Amino acid sequence: MEKVKQLSIFLTNQKGKLYNVLNILKENNINIRALSLTDTSEFGILRLIVDCPDKGKELLEKNNYTIKISSAIAVELSDTPGGLSSVLKILNDNNINLDYIYAFTHEYSDKAILFLSTHDLDLLITVLKENSIEIVPSDEIYNL
Amino acid sequence: MFWDKKIECMEREEIKELQLVKLQNTVKYAFDKIPYYHKKYSEYEVFPEDIQSLEDIEKLPFTTKDDLRQVYPFGMFAVSTDEIIEIHSSSGTTGKPVISGYTKKDIDNWSEILARGLTEWGVSSNDIVQNTNGYGLFTGGLGIHYGAQKIGATVVPISTGQTRRQIELMNDFESTCLIVTPSYGLYMGEVAKEEGFNLKDFGLNVIGFGSEAWTEEMRKRLEETFGVPAYNIYGLTEMMGPGVGVECSKQNGLHIAEDYYYPEIIDSSSGKHLPEGTHGELVLTNIEREGMPVIRFRTKDITALDYNPCDCGRTFCRMERITGRTDDMIKVKGVAVFPSQIEKALLKISEIEPHYQVIVSRPGNLDEIEVKVETAPELFSDDVRELMNIRNKIADHIKNEVGIKVKVTLVEPKTIPRSTAKAVRVIDKRNLH
Repeated sequence: MEKVKQLSIFLTNQKGKLYNVLNILKENNINIRALSLTDTSEFGILRLIVDCPDKGKELLEKNNYTIKISSAIAVELSDTPGGLSSVLKILNDNNINLDYIYAFTHEYSDKAILFLSTHDLDLLITVLKENSIEIVPSDEIYNL
Repeated sequence: MFWDKKIECMEREEIKELQLVKLQNTVKYAFDKIPYYHKKYSEYEVFPEDIQSLEDIEKLPFTTKDDLRQVYPFGMFAVSTDEIIEIHSSSGTTGKPVISGYTKKDIDNWSEILARGLTEWGVSSNDIVQNTNGYGLFTGGLGIHYGAQKIGATVVPISTGQTRRQIELMNDFESTCLIVTPSYGLYMGEVAKEEGFNLKDFGLNVIGFGSEAWTEEMRKRLEETFGVPAYNIYGLTEMMGPGVGVECSKQNGLHIAEDYYYPEIIDSSSGKHLPEGTHGELVLTNIEREGMPVIRFRTKDITALDYNPCDCGRTFCRMERITGRTDDMIKVKGVAVFPSQIEKALLKISEIEPHYQVIVSRPGNLDEIEVKVETAPELFSDDVRELMNIRNKIADHIKNEVGIKVKVTLVEPKTIPRSTAKAVRVIDKRNLH
Protein backbone atom coordinates (compact mmCIF):
# COMPACT_ATOMS: atom_id res chain seq x y z
CA MET A 1 0.00 0.00 0.00
CA GLU A 2 1.49 3.29 -1.12
CA LYS A 3 -1.07 5.57 0.48
CA VAL A 4 -0.39 6.46 4.08
CA LYS A 5 -3.39 7.17 6.25
CA GLN A 6 -3.23 10.57 7.78
CA LEU A 7 -5.51 12.16 10.37
CA SER A 8 -6.75 15.64 9.45
CA ILE A 9 -8.21 17.40 12.45
CA PHE A 10 -10.10 20.67 12.52
CA LEU A 11 -8.86 23.03 15.21
CA THR A 12 -9.73 26.60 16.00
CA ASN A 13 -6.74 28.87 16.34
CA GLN A 14 -6.72 29.17 20.10
CA LYS A 15 -4.35 28.55 22.94
CA GLY A 16 -4.25 24.98 24.20
CA LYS A 17 -6.09 23.43 21.27
CA LEU A 18 -3.10 21.53 19.91
CA TYR A 19 -2.05 20.40 23.33
CA ASN A 20 -5.47 18.89 24.01
CA VAL A 21 -5.29 16.71 20.93
CA LEU A 22 -1.76 15.57 21.59
CA ASN A 23 -2.63 14.85 25.20
CA ILE A 24 -5.49 12.55 24.22
CA LEU A 25 -3.14 10.62 21.95
CA LYS A 26 -0.48 10.41 24.66
CA GLU A 27 -2.92 9.10 27.24
CA ASN A 28 -3.91 6.35 24.84
CA ASN A 29 -0.40 5.48 23.89
CA ILE A 30 -0.64 6.51 20.30
CA ASN A 31 2.65 7.52 18.82
CA ILE A 32 3.02 10.34 16.34
CA ARG A 33 5.29 9.73 13.38
CA ALA A 34 5.01 13.10 11.73
CA LEU A 35 2.96 16.23 12.10
CA SER A 36 2.06 19.32 10.20
CA LEU A 37 -0.16 22.23 11.14
CA THR A 38 -1.73 24.55 8.61
CA ASP A 39 -3.25 27.62 10.06
CA THR A 40 -5.36 30.60 9.11
CA SER A 41 -6.13 33.39 11.53
CA GLU A 42 -9.26 31.59 12.73
CA PHE A 43 -8.75 27.90 12.33
CA GLY A 44 -6.20 25.32 11.37
CA ILE A 45 -5.91 21.79 10.08
CA LEU A 46 -3.67 19.50 12.08
CA ARG A 47 -2.34 16.60 10.04
CA LEU A 48 -0.89 13.67 11.88
CA ILE A 49 0.73 10.43 10.84
CA VAL A 50 0.37 8.03 13.75
CA ASP A 51 1.12 4.38 14.36
CA CYS A 52 -2.55 3.38 14.47
CA PRO A 53 -4.66 5.89 12.54
CA ASP A 54 -8.03 4.15 12.89
CA LYS A 55 -7.75 3.95 16.64
CA GLY A 56 -6.63 7.57 16.71
CA LYS A 57 -9.64 8.67 14.70
CA GLU A 58 -12.05 6.80 16.92
CA LEU A 59 -10.53 8.27 20.06
CA LEU A 60 -10.55 11.82 18.87
CA GLU A 61 -14.08 11.56 17.53
CA LYS A 62 -15.16 10.34 20.93
CA ASN A 63 -13.70 13.56 22.25
CA ASN A 64 -15.80 15.63 19.85
CA TYR A 65 -13.18 16.50 17.29
CA THR A 66 -13.99 16.68 13.61
CA ILE A 67 -11.61 14.38 11.79
CA LYS A 68 -11.10 13.01 8.36
CA ILE A 69 -8.79 10.23 7.39
CA SER A 70 -7.04 11.35 4.28
CA SER A 71 -4.07 9.98 2.42
CA ALA A 72 -0.58 11.10 1.65
CA ILE A 73 2.30 9.49 -0.15
CA ALA A 74 5.58 8.95 1.68
CA VAL A 75 8.81 9.04 -0.27
CA GLU A 76 12.27 8.46 0.95
CA LEU A 77 15.10 10.69 -0.05
CA SER A 78 18.64 11.16 1.01
CA ASP A 79 19.07 13.58 3.87
CA THR A 80 21.52 15.71 1.93
CA PRO A 81 21.33 19.14 0.29
CA GLY A 82 19.28 19.03 -2.89
CA GLY A 83 17.35 15.90 -1.90
CA LEU A 84 14.00 17.61 -1.75
CA SER A 85 14.45 19.91 -4.70
CA SER A 86 15.27 16.97 -6.99
CA VAL A 87 11.87 15.42 -6.15
CA LEU A 88 10.04 18.69 -6.60
CA LYS A 89 11.66 19.23 -9.99
CA ILE A 90 10.24 15.94 -11.20
CA LEU A 91 6.76 16.87 -9.98
CA ASN A 92 7.07 20.26 -11.58
CA ASP A 93 8.14 18.76 -14.88
CA ASN A 94 5.10 16.51 -14.72
CA ASN A 95 2.72 19.33 -13.94
CA ILE A 96 1.75 18.12 -10.50
CA ASN A 97 0.65 20.81 -8.10
CA LEU A 98 1.12 19.82 -4.48
CA ASP A 99 -1.51 20.74 -1.91
CA TYR A 100 0.90 20.38 0.94
CA ILE A 101 4.10 18.71 1.92
CA TYR A 102 5.88 17.92 5.14
CA ALA A 103 9.01 16.05 6.01
CA PHE A 104 10.75 14.34 8.85
CA THR A 105 13.95 12.47 9.44
CA HIS A 106 14.23 9.39 11.56
CA GLU A 107 17.02 7.97 13.58
CA TYR A 108 17.44 4.58 11.87
CA SER A 109 19.01 5.83 8.69
CA ASP A 110 20.35 8.91 7.03
CA LYS A 111 17.20 9.12 4.96
CA ALA A 112 14.49 11.71 5.18
CA ILE A 113 10.83 10.92 4.67
CA LEU A 114 8.64 13.28 2.78
CA PHE A 115 4.82 13.28 2.83
CA LEU A 116 3.19 14.60 -0.28
CA SER A 117 -0.40 15.28 -1.08
CA THR A 118 -2.08 16.40 -4.22
CA HIS A 119 -5.46 16.24 -5.83
CA ASP A 120 -4.78 13.09 -7.80
CA LEU A 121 -2.75 10.75 -5.63
CA ASP A 122 -2.74 7.94 -8.17
CA LEU A 123 -1.15 10.15 -10.77
CA LEU A 124 1.43 11.19 -8.19
CA ILE A 125 2.24 7.55 -7.48
CA THR A 126 2.66 6.81 -11.18
CA VAL A 127 4.95 9.77 -11.74
CA LEU A 128 7.06 8.92 -8.70
CA LYS A 129 7.42 5.32 -9.83
CA GLU A 130 8.29 6.28 -13.38
CA ASN A 131 11.07 8.42 -12.01
CA SER A 132 12.31 5.71 -9.66
CA ILE A 133 11.66 7.61 -6.50
CA GLU A 134 11.22 5.23 -3.65
CA ILE A 135 7.78 5.21 -2.12
CA VAL A 136 7.71 4.05 1.46
CA PRO A 137 4.81 1.62 2.04
CA SER A 138 2.32 2.62 4.66
CA ASP A 139 3.00 -0.35 6.97
CA GLU A 140 6.58 0.66 7.18
CA ILE A 141 5.61 4.22 8.15
CA TYR A 142 3.26 3.08 10.92
CA ASN A 143 5.92 0.75 12.29
CA LEU A 144 8.91 3.01 12.09
CA MET B 1 -45.34 73.45 18.82
CA PHE B 2 -48.51 71.69 17.78
CA TRP B 3 -49.72 70.67 14.34
CA ASP B 4 -53.30 70.09 15.48
CA LYS B 5 -53.59 71.14 19.10
CA LYS B 6 -57.29 70.37 19.32
CA ILE B 7 -56.73 66.70 18.55
CA GLU B 8 -53.37 66.30 20.24
CA CYS B 9 -54.59 67.70 23.55
CA MET B 10 -58.04 66.07 23.74
CA GLU B 11 -59.34 64.99 27.12
CA ARG B 12 -58.99 61.28 27.86
CA GLU B 13 -62.76 60.79 27.82
CA GLU B 14 -63.00 62.43 24.41
CA ILE B 15 -60.19 60.25 23.08
CA LYS B 16 -62.00 57.16 24.33
CA GLU B 17 -65.27 58.19 22.74
CA LEU B 18 -63.58 58.90 19.45
CA GLN B 19 -61.66 55.61 19.59
CA LEU B 20 -64.79 53.59 20.29
CA VAL B 21 -66.63 55.04 17.32
CA LYS B 22 -63.62 54.51 15.07
CA LEU B 23 -63.08 50.99 16.38
CA GLN B 24 -66.69 50.02 15.81
CA ASN B 25 -66.58 51.40 12.29
CA THR B 26 -63.32 49.65 11.56
CA VAL B 27 -64.48 46.25 12.80
CA LYS B 28 -67.69 46.52 10.78
CA TYR B 29 -65.82 47.74 7.71
CA ALA B 30 -63.23 44.96 7.94
CA PHE B 31 -65.88 42.31 8.56
CA ASP B 32 -67.86 43.44 5.53
CA LYS B 33 -65.02 44.10 3.13
CA ILE B 34 -62.20 41.71 3.95
CA PRO B 35 -62.86 37.95 3.62
CA TYR B 36 -60.06 37.20 6.07
CA TYR B 37 -61.85 39.00 8.91
CA HIS B 38 -65.27 37.77 7.86
CA LYS B 39 -64.15 34.18 8.03
CA LYS B 40 -62.07 34.53 11.17
CA TYR B 41 -64.68 36.45 13.17
CA SER B 42 -67.39 34.05 12.08
CA GLU B 43 -65.28 31.15 13.29
CA TYR B 44 -64.74 32.89 16.63
CA GLU B 45 -68.42 33.81 16.71
CA VAL B 46 -67.67 37.42 17.35
CA PHE B 47 -69.41 40.07 15.30
CA PRO B 48 -69.15 43.84 14.83
CA GLU B 49 -72.15 44.46 17.11
CA ASP B 50 -70.30 42.76 19.98
CA ILE B 51 -68.01 45.77 20.24
CA GLN B 52 -69.90 47.94 22.70
CA SER B 53 -66.95 49.33 24.61
CA LEU B 54 -63.21 49.69 24.03
CA GLU B 55 -62.67 46.76 26.41
CA ASP B 56 -64.68 44.57 24.07
CA ILE B 57 -61.73 44.59 21.70
CA GLU B 58 -60.44 41.67 23.77
CA LYS B 59 -63.17 39.53 22.25
CA LEU B 60 -61.53 39.82 18.84
CA PRO B 61 -58.82 37.38 17.81
CA PHE B 62 -55.33 38.68 17.11
CA THR B 63 -53.79 39.19 13.71
CA THR B 64 -50.22 37.98 13.34
CA LYS B 65 -47.53 38.55 10.77
CA ASP B 66 -48.18 35.01 9.55
CA ASP B 67 -51.84 35.80 8.98
CA LEU B 68 -50.83 38.74 6.84
CA ARG B 69 -48.33 36.66 4.96
CA GLN B 70 -50.87 33.98 4.18
CA VAL B 71 -53.03 36.40 2.25
CA TYR B 72 -50.05 37.70 0.28
CA PRO B 73 -50.10 39.87 -1.72
CA PHE B 74 -53.37 41.80 -1.61
CA GLY B 75 -55.65 39.64 0.52
CA MET B 76 -55.88 42.17 3.35
CA PHE B 77 -57.03 45.01 1.14
CA ALA B 78 -60.52 46.30 1.89
CA VAL B 79 -60.77 48.03 -1.46
CA SER B 80 -59.89 47.07 -5.00
CA THR B 81 -56.48 48.01 -6.35
CA ASP B 82 -58.23 50.81 -8.31
CA GLU B 83 -58.38 52.72 -5.08
CA ILE B 84 -54.97 51.71 -3.79
CA ILE B 85 -52.47 54.34 -4.87
CA GLU B 86 -49.35 53.03 -3.20
CA ILE B 87 -47.85 49.83 -1.90
CA HIS B 88 -45.11 49.24 0.62
CA SER B 89 -43.62 46.04 1.85
CA SER B 90 -41.65 44.62 4.73
CA SER B 91 -38.23 43.29 3.80
CA GLY B 92 -39.67 39.80 3.37
CA THR B 93 -36.70 38.33 5.11
CA THR B 94 -38.68 35.54 6.76
CA GLY B 95 -40.50 34.22 3.75
CA LYS B 96 -43.11 36.14 1.84
CA PRO B 97 -43.08 39.84 2.60
CA VAL B 98 -46.01 41.61 4.20
CA ILE B 99 -47.68 44.06 1.84
CA SER B 100 -49.19 47.29 3.02
CA GLY B 101 -51.64 49.11 0.75
CA TYR B 102 -52.70 52.78 0.91
CA THR B 103 -55.58 54.70 -0.57
CA LYS B 104 -55.31 58.40 -1.26
CA LYS B 105 -56.91 59.06 2.10
CA ASP B 106 -54.50 56.71 3.89
CA ILE B 107 -51.52 58.56 2.46
CA ASP B 108 -53.11 61.82 3.64
CA ASN B 109 -53.60 60.39 7.11
CA TRP B 110 -50.11 59.02 7.24
CA SER B 111 -48.75 62.43 6.21
CA GLU B 112 -50.89 63.98 8.92
CA ILE B 113 -49.49 61.74 11.64
CA LEU B 114 -45.93 62.50 10.63
CA ALA B 115 -46.67 66.19 10.22
CA ARG B 116 -47.67 66.18 13.88
CA GLY B 117 -44.50 64.37 14.84
CA LEU B 118 -42.19 66.69 12.95
CA THR B 119 -44.00 69.71 14.38
CA GLU B 120 -43.49 68.28 17.87
CA TRP B 121 -39.77 68.68 17.24
CA GLY B 122 -40.13 72.25 16.08
CA VAL B 123 -39.81 71.45 12.38
CA SER B 124 -41.86 73.75 10.12
CA SER B 125 -42.11 75.01 6.56
CA ASN B 126 -38.85 76.91 7.10
CA ASP B 127 -36.92 73.71 7.53
CA ILE B 128 -34.80 71.60 5.23
CA VAL B 129 -35.30 67.92 6.03
CA GLN B 130 -32.52 65.61 4.91
CA ASN B 131 -34.05 62.16 4.83
CA THR B 132 -31.44 59.42 4.85
CA ASN B 133 -34.04 56.67 5.27
CA GLY B 134 -34.14 54.36 2.27
CA TYR B 135 -36.71 55.31 -0.37
CA GLY B 136 -38.63 52.52 -2.00
CA LEU B 137 -40.72 49.72 -0.56
CA PHE B 138 -39.39 50.53 2.90
CA THR B 139 -41.91 52.78 4.67
CA GLY B 140 -39.24 54.81 6.46
CA GLY B 141 -38.28 56.82 3.41
CA LEU B 142 -41.56 57.94 1.89
CA GLY B 143 -43.45 58.16 5.18
CA ILE B 144 -41.15 60.86 6.50
CA HIS B 145 -41.12 62.43 3.05
CA TYR B 146 -44.91 62.85 3.02
CA GLY B 147 -44.98 64.22 6.55
CA ALA B 148 -42.27 66.76 5.81
CA GLN B 149 -44.02 67.88 2.64
CA LYS B 150 -47.30 68.15 4.51
CA ILE B 151 -45.84 70.80 6.78
CA GLY B 152 -44.26 72.50 3.80
CA ALA B 153 -40.66 71.74 4.69
CA THR B 154 -38.07 71.29 1.96
CA VAL B 155 -37.24 67.61 1.61
CA VAL B 156 -33.84 66.38 0.52
CA PRO B 157 -34.74 62.81 -0.53
CA ILE B 158 -31.18 61.57 -0.51
CA SER B 159 -31.96 58.08 0.85
CA THR B 160 -29.32 55.90 2.54
CA GLY B 161 -25.66 55.71 1.63
CA GLN B 162 -23.26 58.02 -0.21
CA THR B 163 -22.12 59.17 3.18
CA ARG B 164 -19.54 61.70 2.00
CA ARG B 165 -22.06 63.28 -0.33
CA GLN B 166 -24.62 63.35 2.50
CA ILE B 167 -22.25 65.37 4.62
CA GLU B 168 -21.31 67.67 1.77
CA LEU B 169 -24.96 68.40 0.94
CA MET B 170 -25.86 68.78 4.58
CA ASN B 171 -23.21 71.46 4.81
CA ASP B 172 -24.08 73.16 1.49
CA PHE B 173 -27.87 73.10 1.97
CA GLU B 174 -27.65 73.85 5.67
CA SER B 175 -30.14 71.08 6.34
CA THR B 176 -31.91 71.74 9.61
CA CYS B 177 -33.47 68.35 10.27
CA LEU B 178 -31.74 65.03 9.74
CA ILE B 179 -33.59 61.70 9.63
CA VAL B 180 -31.38 58.68 10.32
CA THR B 181 -31.16 55.28 11.91
CA PRO B 182 -29.08 55.69 15.08
CA SER B 183 -26.21 53.59 13.78
CA TYR B 184 -26.12 55.41 10.46
CA GLY B 185 -26.19 58.76 12.21
CA LEU B 186 -23.18 57.79 14.29
CA TYR B 187 -21.43 56.50 11.21
CA MET B 188 -22.04 59.83 9.45
CA GLY B 189 -20.50 61.49 12.47
CA GLU B 190 -17.35 59.41 12.10
CA VAL B 191 -17.04 60.09 8.40
CA ALA B 192 -17.60 63.81 8.90
CA LYS B 193 -14.83 63.84 11.47
CA GLU B 194 -12.49 62.04 9.09
CA GLU B 195 -13.25 64.61 6.44
CA GLY B 196 -12.35 67.37 8.86
CA PHE B 197 -15.87 68.72 9.39
CA ASN B 198 -17.29 69.73 12.72
CA LEU B 199 -20.93 68.75 12.56
CA LYS B 200 -21.77 71.22 15.29
CA ASP B 201 -20.91 74.02 12.86
CA PHE B 202 -23.60 72.83 10.45
CA GLY B 203 -27.05 74.39 10.43
CA LEU B 204 -28.75 71.37 12.00
CA ASN B 205 -31.44 71.87 14.64
CA VAL B 206 -32.88 68.43 15.20
CA ILE B 207 -32.50 64.73 14.46
CA GLY B 208 -35.28 62.20 14.03
CA PHE B 209 -34.26 58.57 14.32
CA GLY B 210 -35.92 55.19 14.15
CA SER B 211 -36.16 51.69 12.63
CA GLU B 212 -33.54 50.24 14.91
CA ALA B 213 -33.07 49.24 18.53
CA TRP B 214 -31.44 52.01 20.53
CA THR B 215 -30.44 53.03 24.02
CA GLU B 216 -30.36 56.32 25.88
CA GLU B 217 -26.60 56.13 25.69
CA MET B 218 -26.77 55.97 21.88
CA ARG B 219 -29.14 58.90 21.82
CA LYS B 220 -26.67 60.89 23.91
CA ARG B 221 -23.86 60.04 21.54
CA LEU B 222 -25.98 61.10 18.57
CA GLU B 223 -26.84 64.36 20.28
CA GLU B 224 -23.22 64.99 21.21
CA THR B 225 -22.01 64.20 17.71
CA PHE B 226 -24.37 66.63 16.04
CA GLY B 227 -24.89 69.04 18.92
CA VAL B 228 -28.71 68.91 18.58
CA PRO B 229 -31.56 66.99 20.25
CA ALA B 230 -32.56 63.62 18.77
CA TYR B 231 -36.09 62.19 18.86
CA ASN B 232 -37.35 58.70 18.23
CA ILE B 233 -40.04 57.61 15.77
CA TYR B 234 -41.72 54.22 15.99
CA GLY B 235 -43.75 52.42 13.43
CA LEU B 236 -44.12 49.27 11.41
CA THR B 237 -44.99 48.51 7.83
CA GLU B 238 -48.04 46.44 8.77
CA MET B 239 -49.65 49.40 10.54
CA MET B 240 -48.70 51.88 7.78
CA GLY B 241 -45.13 52.75 8.69
CA PRO B 242 -43.33 55.24 10.90
CA GLY B 243 -45.48 57.54 12.97
CA VAL B 244 -47.38 55.13 15.23
CA GLY B 245 -45.45 56.77 18.03
CA VAL B 246 -43.29 59.89 17.98
CA GLU B 247 -41.32 61.44 20.82
CA CYS B 248 -41.99 65.01 21.85
CA SER B 249 -39.43 67.49 23.13
CA LYS B 250 -39.72 66.03 26.64
CA GLN B 251 -38.04 62.81 25.46
CA ASN B 252 -40.13 60.88 27.90
CA GLY B 253 -41.89 58.32 25.74
CA LEU B 254 -43.42 58.30 22.27
CA HIS B 255 -46.90 59.77 21.84
CA ILE B 256 -49.09 57.27 20.06
CA ALA B 257 -51.41 58.81 17.49
CA GLU B 258 -54.42 57.47 19.37
CA ASP B 259 -56.94 58.77 16.88
CA TYR B 260 -55.39 56.45 14.26
CA TYR B 261 -54.13 53.58 16.39
CA TYR B 262 -55.63 51.79 19.34
CA PRO B 263 -52.80 50.36 21.46
CA GLU B 264 -53.04 47.46 23.91
CA ILE B 265 -50.45 45.79 26.10
CA ILE B 266 -50.85 42.05 26.53
CA ASP B 267 -49.12 39.21 28.26
CA SER B 268 -47.56 37.53 25.23
CA SER B 269 -48.20 34.00 26.50
CA SER B 270 -51.77 34.32 27.76
CA GLY B 271 -52.83 37.03 25.32
CA LYS B 272 -54.64 38.83 28.16
CA HIS B 273 -54.53 42.55 28.84
CA LEU B 274 -52.00 43.71 31.40
CA PRO B 275 -52.61 46.46 33.96
CA GLU B 276 -51.78 49.98 32.86
CA GLY B 277 -48.08 50.77 33.03
CA THR B 278 -46.99 47.12 32.94
CA HIS B 279 -44.48 45.92 30.37
CA GLY B 280 -45.81 43.54 27.78
CA GLU B 281 -46.33 42.99 24.09
CA LEU B 282 -47.71 45.91 22.14
CA VAL B 283 -50.81 45.11 20.09
CA LEU B 284 -52.00 47.72 17.60
CA THR B 285 -55.22 48.34 15.70
CA ASN B 286 -55.65 50.71 12.77
CA ILE B 287 -58.84 52.52 13.70
CA GLU B 288 -58.82 54.71 10.67
CA ARG B 289 -57.51 53.13 7.55
CA GLU B 290 -59.31 52.55 4.27
CA GLY B 291 -56.96 50.44 2.24
CA MET B 292 -55.92 47.86 4.79
CA PRO B 293 -57.17 48.11 8.35
CA VAL B 294 -55.20 45.72 10.55
CA ILE B 295 -56.97 44.74 13.74
CA ARG B 296 -55.17 43.62 16.89
CA PHE B 297 -51.80 43.17 15.29
CA ARG B 298 -49.23 41.51 17.50
CA THR B 299 -46.10 43.61 17.09
CA LYS B 300 -43.95 41.33 19.26
CA ASP B 301 -42.34 44.52 20.54
CA ILE B 302 -42.18 44.91 24.30
CA THR B 303 -43.06 48.23 25.87
CA ALA B 304 -45.32 49.87 28.47
CA LEU B 305 -47.90 52.65 28.06
CA ASP B 306 -48.24 55.76 30.18
CA TYR B 307 -51.64 57.49 30.05
CA ASN B 308 -50.69 60.43 32.25
CA PRO B 309 -50.79 63.74 30.39
CA CYS B 310 -47.33 64.77 29.25
CA ASP B 311 -45.55 67.97 30.31
CA CYS B 312 -45.62 69.02 26.67
CA GLY B 313 -49.39 69.35 26.93
CA ARG B 314 -50.26 66.38 24.74
CA THR B 315 -52.72 63.87 26.10
CA PHE B 316 -52.05 60.96 23.74
CA CYS B 317 -50.56 58.10 25.70
CA ARG B 318 -46.84 57.52 25.59
CA MET B 319 -45.09 54.26 24.86
CA GLU B 320 -41.68 53.57 26.31
CA ARG B 321 -38.66 52.93 24.14
CA ILE B 322 -38.96 49.34 22.87
CA THR B 323 -36.95 47.23 25.26
CA GLY B 324 -37.22 43.83 23.67
CA ARG B 325 -38.98 41.35 21.47
CA THR B 326 -41.13 38.38 22.26
CA ASP B 327 -39.43 36.37 19.52
CA ASP B 328 -35.79 35.95 18.62
CA MET B 329 -35.85 38.66 16.03
CA ILE B 330 -32.87 40.95 16.08
CA LYS B 331 -32.66 44.20 14.24
CA VAL B 332 -29.29 44.79 12.74
CA LYS B 333 -28.54 47.82 10.60
CA GLY B 334 -32.28 48.39 10.43
CA VAL B 335 -32.88 44.91 8.99
CA ALA B 336 -34.91 42.29 10.84
CA VAL B 337 -32.99 39.06 11.23
CA PHE B 338 -34.49 35.80 12.48
CA PRO B 339 -32.52 32.73 13.53
CA SER B 340 -34.78 30.70 11.23
CA GLN B 341 -33.21 32.47 8.26
CA ILE B 342 -29.74 31.48 9.38
CA GLU B 343 -30.99 27.91 9.75
CA LYS B 344 -32.41 27.97 6.25
CA ALA B 345 -29.10 29.15 4.86
CA LEU B 346 -27.14 26.49 6.73
CA LEU B 347 -29.41 23.75 5.45
CA LYS B 348 -28.42 24.72 1.93
CA ILE B 349 -24.83 23.80 2.73
CA SER B 350 -25.38 20.60 4.62
CA GLU B 351 -28.31 18.28 5.01
CA ILE B 352 -27.78 18.02 8.70
CA GLU B 353 -28.24 21.35 10.34
CA PRO B 354 -25.02 22.31 12.04
CA HIS B 355 -25.13 23.79 15.49
CA TYR B 356 -24.71 27.53 15.33
CA GLN B 357 -24.87 30.73 17.31
CA VAL B 358 -25.44 34.29 16.24
CA ILE B 359 -23.50 37.00 18.00
CA VAL B 360 -24.49 40.59 17.43
CA SER B 361 -22.12 43.30 18.50
CA ARG B 362 -21.42 46.92 17.86
CA PRO B 363 -17.65 47.29 17.98
CA GLY B 364 -17.66 50.86 16.74
CA ASN B 365 -20.93 52.44 15.82
CA LEU B 366 -22.13 49.89 13.31
CA ASP B 367 -23.70 46.57 14.08
CA GLU B 368 -21.89 43.39 13.22
CA ILE B 369 -23.20 39.87 13.06
CA GLU B 370 -21.00 36.92 13.57
CA VAL B 371 -22.35 33.44 12.96
CA LYS B 372 -20.39 30.69 14.63
CA VAL B 373 -20.89 27.35 12.93
CA GLU B 374 -19.69 24.09 14.37
CA THR B 375 -17.58 22.23 11.86
CA ALA B 376 -19.48 18.98 11.65
CA PRO B 377 -17.84 16.15 9.65
CA GLU B 378 -20.14 16.96 6.71
CA LEU B 379 -18.67 20.42 6.52
CA PHE B 380 -15.07 19.51 7.11
CA SER B 381 -12.53 19.15 4.41
CA ASP B 382 -8.84 18.40 4.67
CA ASP B 383 -8.17 21.31 2.37
CA VAL B 384 -7.76 24.82 3.78
CA ARG B 385 -8.98 26.42 0.56
CA GLU B 386 -12.00 24.18 0.57
CA LEU B 387 -12.76 25.12 4.18
CA MET B 388 -12.46 28.80 3.32
CA ASN B 389 -14.82 28.15 0.40
CA ILE B 390 -17.34 26.49 2.66
CA ARG B 391 -17.11 29.37 5.07
CA ASN B 392 -17.62 31.90 2.28
CA LYS B 393 -20.47 29.88 0.85
CA ILE B 394 -22.21 29.88 4.22
CA ALA B 395 -21.71 33.65 4.44
CA ASP B 396 -23.13 34.09 0.91
CA HIS B 397 -26.19 31.97 1.63
CA ILE B 398 -26.86 33.86 4.85
CA LYS B 399 -26.46 37.15 3.03
CA ASN B 400 -29.00 35.98 0.45
CA GLU B 401 -31.46 35.06 3.18
CA VAL B 402 -30.95 37.97 5.51
CA GLY B 403 -29.86 40.72 3.17
CA ILE B 404 -26.83 41.82 5.08
CA LYS B 405 -23.25 40.67 5.26
CA VAL B 406 -22.27 38.49 8.18
CA LYS B 407 -18.99 37.17 9.43
CA VAL B 408 -18.91 33.39 9.56
CA THR B 409 -16.52 31.62 11.90
CA LEU B 410 -16.02 27.87 11.84
CA VAL B 411 -15.59 26.44 15.30
CA GLU B 412 -14.97 22.98 16.70
CA PRO B 413 -17.88 20.65 17.39
CA LYS B 414 -19.53 20.87 20.79
CA THR B 415 -17.93 24.21 21.57
CA ILE B 416 -21.18 26.16 21.30
CA PRO B 417 -23.04 25.81 24.57
CA ARG B 418 -26.22 23.76 24.51
CA SER B 419 -29.06 24.26 26.84
CA THR B 420 -31.59 21.64 27.71
CA ALA B 421 -34.59 23.85 27.00
CA LYS B 422 -34.46 26.41 24.24
CA ALA B 423 -31.10 26.80 22.58
CA VAL B 424 -29.56 30.20 22.95
CA ARG B 425 -29.26 31.04 19.29
CA VAL B 426 -28.66 34.72 19.58
CA ILE B 427 -26.30 36.61 21.81
CA ASP B 428 -26.79 40.32 21.58
CA LYS B 429 -23.77 42.09 22.97
CA ARG B 430 -24.98 45.53 22.01
CA ASN B 431 -26.52 46.09 25.42
CA LEU B 432 -29.72 47.53 24.10
CA HIS B 433 -31.99 46.53 26.92
